[in-house]
Amino acid sequence: MQSQERKIQAPQPNPETQAFWKAAEQGKLMIGKCGACGKVHYYPRAICPFCLSDRTELQQASGNGTIYTYSVMRRAPIPYAIAYVTLSEGPTMMTNIVDCDLDKLRIGQNVRLVFKPSEGGPPVPMFAPA
Amino acid sequence: MSIKGKAYIVGIYEHPTRKAEDKSVAQLHAESAKGALEDAGLKKEDIDGYFCAGDAPGLGPLSMADYMGLKLTHMDSTDSGGSSYLIHVGHAAEAIALGKCNIALITLAGRPRSEGQATGTAARTVQNTPDAPFENPYGPATANMYAMCAMRHMHQYGTTSEQLAWIKVAASHHAQHNPHAMLRDVVTVDDVVNSPMIADPLHRLDCCVISDGGGAIIVASPEVANSLKRPKVKIIGAGEAPKHQMGGQVDLTYSGAVWSGPPAFAEAGVKPADIKYASIYDSFTITVLMQIEDLGFCEKGQGGRFVSDGNLISGTGKLPFNTDGGGLCNNHPANRGGLTKVIEAVRQLRGEAHPAVQVKNCDLALAHGTGGSLGTRHGAATVIMERG
Repeated sequence: MQSQERKIQAPQPNPETQAFWKAAEQGKLMIGKCGACGKVHYYPRAICPFCLSDRTELQQASGNGTIYTYSVMRRAPIPYAIAYVTLSEGPTMMTNIVDCDLDKLRIGQNVRLVFKPSEGGPPVPMFAPA
Repeated sequence: MSIKGKAYIVGIYEHPTRKAEDKSVAQLHAESAKGALEDAGLKKEDIDGYFCAGDAPGLGPLSMADYMGLKLTHMDSTDSGGSSYLIHVGHAAEAIALGKCNIALITLAGRPRSEGQATGTAARTVQNTPDAPFENPYGPATANMYAMCAMRHMHQYGTTSEQLAWIKVAASHHAQHNPHAMLRDVVTVDDVVNSPMIADPLHRLDCCVISDGGGAIIVASPEVANSLKRPKVKIIGAGEAPKHQMGGQVDLTYSGAVWSGPPAFAEAGVKPADIKYASIYDSFTITVLMQIEDLGFCEKGQGGRFVSDGNLISGTGKLPFNTDGGGLCNNHPANRGGLTKVIEAVRQLRGEAHPAVQVKNCDLALAHGTGGSLGTRHGAATVIMERG
């Protein structure tokens, strides 16, 4: 079954996440990087989840990743694939796999970043088979 | 300081309703409280501690204390979703051990069925939470979050749909004896794997029921327990822990039971092999399988083999579980199954479970819950109880 476009609920940026969604509008996926402990994290936040330092900044991800796990939601008006994708930079993020055959997804599959429009909000990072 | 032996469960009540169109949520809480007081042989005026979670209306303990006219010296509204009430049992024992209260009431109630919530398949919209903008656009419902755990578990350990199905089969064997259970038909592995796919790889029969209802528990000091006429159930160990996405270091193959279980077993001074009966949270079949592994009932990754061939069925299996039919067949009031997990464990320890499912010489039982979502963040809670 080929995936279809569905309505995407708009994320609501707040003062902490505004820069992330601004970058999304430019087609960039950003991850959090801590200047104190050096670790990268997702979702990005002002306070590092590993050491609580406020010396965090956004770093652009390459957009390459692999499927860690997924599930096709069959019981939805338009079936869709929810997934966790492990980015080549390390963190694993929740996302959708789109522009794909929903019956041919597999764990470990290489995927590539795409952005999809949301309903009245910024575009949302998703992934398609590489 | 330990809670071991410092508090007893002296009253339980499971509301018999499964669809409460003509009742309010506050009313269901209060009816459940009344039932537990009658079971214990106590009066409302005896209660001086009260515990409730997010299903309680309004401002939780304030609104419910007002509704029921309670006079309290201690209250706690810790909310970890469906496992809250297992945490409450541990916290009530702590409060009693410290002398903050003497007789604690815990209530749960809700009517998601009457309110027509498509709980398992509808996308959740929780605003003002930091994770929401990074998850809600992707359609995280309840079923597909647990499904992603099952998919990864299958990939990593070779777990099969047939093995998961055995969990539902066992629950259905127990539910046939429970007149209040929503699903009383005994099902087979084939029935489960041939039921419609909800979210790959979970089928409809891998999912729990959606029901209205409620329940209540009363925890009291040893002096109070000794003064009552009911069989005694002693709380001997408790543990709790959250698990989350760990800044993106996501690992969905284990649950927070790896952290809540060991301190509970250590406090109780017992091992998993000593447990005669276990109530294991069963929002989905995969929930049960992962918790059984993480609590140490079998080796990690061997859960599929462990639950197969009726090993969870009372009378034939090594680990009788959820003898009321659990969330998979009996009920899941307010979409929160933790309180009913404690109730059935207490019935087993009292020898008051249905004779067809009563575990012989059941003197040691465990109840464990996973609240929130196994696929994102959840609260794990373990309680170990002993007869006498």
